[in-house]
Amino acid sequence: MSTRENIFRKLRAASATTLPSPDAAIAAHYASLPRTAKDRLAQEFAEKIAAWHAEVHAVPRKAWVEKLKEVVAAKGIATLLYAPATAHGQALAAAGVSGLKPYDKPIDGWKQELFENVDAAITRTRGAIAETGTLIVWPDADEPRLMSLVPPIHVALVDADAVVPTLYDAIVQQGWSAGLPTNALLITGPSKTADIQQTLAYGAHGPKELVVLLLTGEDAQ
Amino acid sequence: MERDYSAAGRPGDVYFFATCLVDLFCPEAGLDAIQLLEREGIRVHFPEDQTCCGQPAYTSGYADEARQVARVQLGLFPNDWPVIVPSGSCAGMMRHHYPKLFAEEPALRAQAEALSERVFELTEFFVKVLKVNWKGSGRPTKVALHTSCSARREMGTHLHARELLGRLGNVELLNHSHESECCGFGGTFAVRQPDISAAMAGDKADALKETGADAFLSADGGCLMNIDGTLAKRRDGFRGQHLASFLWRNTERSEGDAA
Amino acid sequence: MTTHHVQFVPGSEFKRRAAAVVADPFLRKSFRGAMDFLMMKRAAQFPDPELLERQRTLAEHIRRYSLSRLPELLERLEANLQKNGVQVHWAETPDEANAIILDICRRHDAKLMVKGKSMVSEEVELNHAMAAAGVDALESDMGEYIVQLAGEKPSHIIMPAIHKTKQQIAELFAEKVPGVAYTDDVDALIQIGRQVLRRKFMEAEVGLSGVNFAVAETGTLCLVENEGNGRMCTTVPDVHIAITGIEKVVEKLEHVVPLFGLLTRSATGQAISTYFNVITGPRKPGEKDGPREMHLVLVDNGRSQAYADEQLRQTLQCIRCGACMNHCPVYTRIGGHAYGTTYPGPIGKIVSPHMLGLGATHVLPGASTLCGACGEVCPVKIPIPDLLIRLREEATHEAKPGHAPLAGQGAGKTALAALAFKGFAFLYGRPALYRAFAWAATRFRFLTPGSQAGWTKSRTPLKPAAKSLRELLAERRNARN
Repeated sequence: MSTRENIFRKLRAASATTLPSPDAAIAAHYASLPRTAKDRLAQEFAEKIAAWHAEVHAVPRKAWVEKLKEVVAAKGIATLLYAPATAHGQALAAAGVSGLKPYDKPIDGWKQELFENVDAAITRTRGAIAETGTLIVWPDADEPRLMSLVPPIHVALVDADAVVPTLYDAIVQQGWSAGLPTNALLITGPSKTADIQQTLAYGAHGPKELVVLLLTGEDAQ
Repeated sequence: MERDYSAAGRPGDVYFFATCLVDLFCPEAGLDAIQLLEREGIRVHFPEDQTCCGQPAYTSGYADEARQVARVQLGLFPNDWPVIVPSGSCAGMMRHHYPKLFAEEPALRAQAEALSERVFELTEFFVKVLKVNWKGSGRPTKVALHTSCSARREMGTHLHARELLGRLGNVELLNHSHESECCGFGGTFAVRQPDISAAMAGDKADALKETGADAFLSADGGCLMNIDGTLAKRRDGFRGQHLASFLWRNTERSEGDAA
Repeated sequence: MTTHHVQFVPGSEFKRRAAAVVADPFLRKSFRGAMDFLMMKRAAQFPDPELLERQRTLAEHIRRYSLSRLPELLERLEANLQKNGVQVHWAETPDEANAIILDICRRHDAKLMVKGKSMVSEEVELNHAMAAAGVDALESDMGEYIVQLAGEKPSHIIMPAIHKTKQQIAELFAEKVPGVAYTDDVDALIQIGRQVLRRKFMEAEVGLSGVNFAVAETGTLCLVENEGNGRMCTTVPDVHIAITGIEKVVEKLEHVVPLFGLLTRSATGQAISTYFNVITGPRKPGEKDGPREMHLVLVDNGRSQAYADEQLRQTLQCIRCGACMNHCPVYTRIGGHAYGTTYPGPIGKIVSPHMLGLGATHVLPGASTLCGACGEVCPVKIPIPDLLIRLREEATHEAKPGHAPLAGQGAGKTALAALAFKGFAFLYGRPALYRAFAWAATRFRFLTPGSQAGWTKSRTPLKPAAKSLRELLAERRNARN
C-alpha cells in the first residue's frame, strides 16, 4: 500500500461526522462588526497603514506622477523599476520620470542586478483594506511578484475608491476564489522583524520603505 | 460562562463539603467558614462520610480511582440543598468534572449533573446567592489575594472574593504582579516537578509580599499550603491565611444584610 | 555549512534541563520579560472579551469543521494543487518527508536550499537530513538564522531566538559571520543578516517554506510572515518546496480569514502580519518570475493517531500561534529547550506524544499545573488541560478495550504511582477507613516526616492539624449539648 493510501486509510477509519459548514457563521460575524462608512474607508486605510510605518501621500488622480517625481527626488532614487506594459507604466514613461527601468524580461537573466542595483519599484494594487491598513497586490505577467519584494523601496498606487472594509469583503466582493493569480499578496507596511530581543527593526529581507500614493478625486488635498 | 443564580433563593440549610485538605490540614478554616454560614442564619450540615473530591487521581490520569472516590461523595447530599465548598479547585472538580467522570454511567451522570448545579464555592455563595453586605470590623488591614487558577477560570471566583473584600471598608485589597498566574501547586505537580513548582511558588510569594500587605488570603486549600509553606520556610514573617478565617475574624453583618 | 549539534532529547532529561533554567536568574528574567511583553501585546488586540469569545467560537467552528471532512478536503486540495501545476507528495514519517525533499534536490542538483520558517521542517529534522546528503539547508527567518548559526534549536515556535539577548547575538555574528565586527545595535544586526541572506536567496536552487493554511477549494497555500524571507524562498529559487502537516487544510479561502485574524493577534499581538503570501501555483508561461516547479509535502507523523480519537483530534485544531506558551507559567520558567521537543509549551505537550510516542514524551503531559491559562487564550479553543489529563491517563494505563493503543501507550506507568492511587481510592473510597486514618494522622502528627519528597525542598513540611475538622465539629456539638 502506498504512503498516500495508508494515510487516507487511517484517516477514513476514524469516525468523523461532518459538522455543519461555518459559511453562514462567518458571513454573520463580519456582518455584525461595526462598518466604516464608505467615504471614510480611504482615510481609515491611510491612517492604519501609516501606523504600520508606511509613508502615505494622498494625491489627486491626475497628479500622481508629479508626486512620484517628488518622492524619487526626495529619496534619491536612481533606478526605479516599473512595469512598461501597464497603463501606469506607460504614464510614467510618457512623463519622463528619471531612472526608469522596465521589468520586461524574465528574472533569470538579471537576478543579481535586481537584487543589487535597483533602488525602488512602483506597482499598482488591486485595492486595499481599511481595517488593517493593507495593500492587495496581485502580481501578473506584466507586473511580476518580485517588484514588491526585492528593491529597498516599494511605491504602491492605491485608488481611494478601491478600499474595502475587511479582507473578508475583498475576497467575497472581488471573487477571489473564482480565479486566483499564481501569487496574490497582502502587504501591510515595510518588511520587519522583532526576532532580536523583541526589538522592532525594519527592512529585514524585503523593502525597507513602503510609500503609498493614495489616488483620490480631483478635490482631494 | 456566567452562572445563572436567579433560581437560587436564600436557603435555610446547606451541606458543607470541607475537602480533604481543609479537614486535615487547615480545619480552623473549615470551622470559620461554617460559622460564617451560621452567622447568616443557615443550618450547616456536615455529611460525616465525606472524604475527598477525587481530584488528585483525576488530574493525574487515574480516572477509575477518581471515580471510586467521587462515587462516595455523590451519595452524600440527598436533600436539594446547596453544597458549599471552601476550596475553589475542589468545588470546580465537583461542578465541572464530575459529570464528565460519570459520562458513561447514565444514572450517576444524572446525579452528578444535578449535584453540579448545587455546588458553590464559598465566596461565590456569599456574594451571589446570599448577597451578603458585611462590613469590616477591627483594625484596618491590607491584604493581597491569590485565587486558585482552575476556580478562577472555571467559576470566576477571583471576582467573588474581590467583591466580598472590596465592600468591607477597612480592608484594603492590594493587587500583586501577575495576579492571574498560577502559584505552582497543581496537585501532584508540586512533587513531580519540584524545581519548576518551587520557582513558581517563590515568584508568587514574592509578588504577594511585594504588595506590602499584612497577609495574603486564598480560598483554596492547595494554593494556600503551597504559598504559605514556601513563606514559612523563608521565615520572613509574611504569611497567608484562608479567606474564611480572615472573614470570620474581620467582618460583621451590617444592616443591609438579610435577616 | 552549519550543522546542528543539539538534537532533541525528549522526556527523560526534562527535569534536569528544567532545573538548570530555573536556577539561572538571567534566563528566568529574560523569559519573564519576553512573555510579559507578548502577553501585553496580545491583550491589547482583544479589548472586548465578548467579541474575542465570538471570534474564538467561530475559529473553533472552522477548524472542527475542516477536521470533520479532513480526508475529503485533502483529496480536493491535492487535485486542485495538481490542476494548478503543483506536485503533491505524502509522507507518513520524518524519514519519508526528508527522502522526498532530498530526491527533489538531487534532481535539480541543488547545493543550497534557503528555508522560510517551517516548524514541520524542524519536526522532521530536515536540516540534518539535508546536511548528511550534502545539501546546505540555510534558515532565512532572522530568528531561525540566529539559532542555526549558534548550532541550536528554536526555543519558541514564533520567536525562535527568544532565549538570546542582543549581546549574545552580537557575539555570535562577530564570531561566525566573516568580516563582521561586534555590534549590539539591533538594526545593524538585522542588516548584517539581510546582506548575508540576500546573496543566498540569489544562489539557492531550492526554496523551502512551511504553510499556514492550505485551501482545498482553490488549491492554494497561504503563508504568514513579517520579514519577507518567506516570499524570497517561495519566489526567487527555481524550485519551491512547501512542507506542512496534513491538518492544515481548510475548505475555502473565506474560512482562512477569521483564522488569520486570530493567528497574528494571538501570536505577536499584531492585527495583521506584514505579508500574507497566497500561492496558487508555480510560474505560468509568460510570467517573468516565481519558481518553475512547485511541490507540497504533506506530513502525517502521528497526526493520524490523534485524528483517530474524537477527543485527541482537537489537538489538530492548532494554528501554531504560540499564545499557549506565551501564557504558560511553566514555559515562562523553563523556556523552550527544556522540553526537548520541536514544539515546546502546552501545545508541545499534547502534540509531541503523537509524533514521538509516549515512550519518549510521557513526562511532558504531567509537567503542568493544569492552571488553564493555555486553554483560555487558545484562539481555536483547544481544551489543552483536558487533553493533558487524557494523555496522563494514556501514559499510565493500558489502552481501553476497543481502543487502539497510542504509540508508547502506558510508558509512564510506574508500580509506585499505580499503587499510590490504588491506595488513595481504597482510603478515600471508604469513609469509615478515612475517619480512622484522619484520627491516626492527627494523633500521630509528630511522626510527620520533616522531609517530604520534592515538597520540602522549598516549603515547610505538610503536617496534619492536631484535630481534624470533624473532630472540632464534634467537640463543638458536645460543648453545646
